[in-house]
Amino acid sequence: MTLIDKLYKDGPLATRNEITPKLGFLLTILLALAWLIPFLWMGVATLRPASDGINLMAELMPSLKPTLDNIRDAWEIGDFPRYFLNTTIICTGILLVQFVTITLAGFAFARLDFAGKTPIFYLFLMQLMLVPVLLIVPNLSLVVQLGLYDTLAGVMMPFFASAFGTFLMRQAFEAIPTELEDAALIDGASLIQRMRHIYVPLSLPSFSAFAIISVTSHWNDFLWPLMVINSPDKRPLTVGLSVFTKTAEGTQAWGTIAAGTLMVIAPLLITFLIFQKRFISSFVTSGIK
Amino acid sequence: MSLAEPAALPVAVSAPPRLNLMTRFTTRFKASLPAYLLLLPSLVFLALFTYGAMGRVLIDALYQRATPRAPLRFVGLDNISAVLADPAFTGAVINNLIYAIGTAIPSIGLALLFALALARTNAVTSALRAALFLPVLIPMVAASALFLFIFLPNVGLLDYYIGRFLPVLPNWLGDPDIALYAIMIITIWKNAGYYMLFFLAGLQAVPEDVMEAAHLDGAGPYQRLRYIILPELKPTFLFVIVIATLNAVTQVDHVFVLTQGGPSNATNLVLFYIYQQAVEHFDIGRASAATLLTLAALMALTALSFRTMANRESGP
Repeated sequence: MTLIDKLYKDGPLATRNEITPKLGFLLTILLALAWLIPFLWMGVATLRPASDGINLMAELMPSLKPTLDNIRDAWEIGDFPRYFLNTTIICTGILLVQFVTITLAGFAFARLDFAGKTPIFYLFLMQLMLVPVLLIVPNLSLVVQLGLYDTLAGVMMPFFASAFGTFLMRQAFEAIPTELEDAALIDGASLIQRMRHIYVPLSLPSFSAFAIISVTSHWNDFLWPLMVINSPDKRPLTVGLSVFTKTAEGTQAWGTIAAGTLMVIAPLLITFLIFQKRFISSFVTSGIK
Repeated sequence: MSLAEPAALPVAVSAPPRLNLMTRFTTRFKASLPAYLLLLPSLVFLALFTYGAMGRVLIDALYQRATPRAPLRFVGLDNISAVLADPAFTGAVINNLIYAIGTAIPSIGLALLFALALARTNAVTSALRAALFLPVLIPMVAASALFLFIFLPNVGLLDYYIGRFLPVLPNWLGDPDIALYAIMIITIWKNAGYYMLFFLAGLQAVPEDVMEAAHLDGAGPYQRLRYIILPELKPTFLFVIVIATLNAVTQVDHVFVLTQGGPSNATNLVLFYIYQQAVEHFDIGRASAATLLTLAALMALTALSFRTMANRESGP
């Protein structure tokens, strides 16, 4: 309790002697530790030698003879480099097209006056309500008709336009003082030049927030690529991991499953730990929209 | 209407306004053209994958194939009534309701607790926030792979540590009475840290002088929560409830990896049912009918929540 007392030392004077906030804090610490247990198990099991046997598999105390065998096995069984490549292509492809579409549309809503602005704005708003995941059936048949079944382009296409991104960029562009644009106008800058040299460079924080949200969500996407992709060599990480898990589960190779899972989540986890603040503020913005 | 106009008005007056109207329309359109060009790329994709998809669901729901290779046949509302009469669908709806309520309430409650406890920023609270946020970042498929072992009968993490204190070891994912609650644990674990962020943001809006005044008046922690913090967090609550509901309908990756809807349909959720109809039974008609019903329910719910929000804001 003294540690918690210490942590509350800089709190408001009146609360220093209150017990409820401290109990809440204590409970949160315990739950946060419980929240980490699956990750802890993943780490411990990855390094556990197969000689420990199935009975020690659930032991959270790390083995004294750690081994990299599980990582090597997972690497050999699953085609993880290929899955990484596919997921990277999907996320980058979606993001690059999105950058173009949301910049153009965001600028139109932020700075231009045009006939039908409000109804078109509501059309965009509708995308937020019509959850894309639920439209998998009609979108799959469209992807088949377009001849994009079993292609990475087919996985990417439904996400090329983003209402959320458009709103985010509209907000960012609206915050830029018009005086800057007026100066460029006098110099004879075209619409595209104004966007390219004034609006885009001044909105980089919004672009990076959008990139974090977009990449995280498509990195983790499962159901849609599962439906579109058929060839094993076009699988993204999530689909690859689910197939890998199924295979290894049959042989009770839990250490290998832990290693495979670790390899799949490591890139995002490491990026998060480096850019924690940026991640968290991006996720908050995504909700406030 | 335009034909009646010249008769009612003197010719000399009627001609210029019509011309004006035309020129005004064309100049307005010309002035709007750059905006339309900028919106075009987005609108093309929205038309294909959002509005078009809605339209195709509406149409597909009206047609049926007797066998995968038979020609399409117009069946009207038969697909809808067939889906509504399918015990697997109604079961999935009930499961989804239990799942939605049973995941939303605990994860939102925990999120509020976490946010209240970690509202002040220092090294310790930042570390705890990060720990609680980690599950948000990992794919649901990866979370499922970890929980596959956690729930493993006898040797799994849960049985190894907690099972010793129970007289009979439950089969977490194999028992139809327990399986749905088992997958709910994963969802709570994964989402609580996400909702925590919104409460943390909401707490910043609580005016400090009001809190100080409450302190000076001797309000206890419960009173401060009940009369100052919770009313201030109302919009956050409403927003998080909408997100939690959407998550309950759109996140089914764990069902795929862990249970495939089983045992005996105990963990079948609506989206998984849609997937099964479309991909496993090749029944696009039924899948579309189920999609339509789900979309209608979700949109009604969203509209309702927006209305309550609007009423609350305009109210006293």
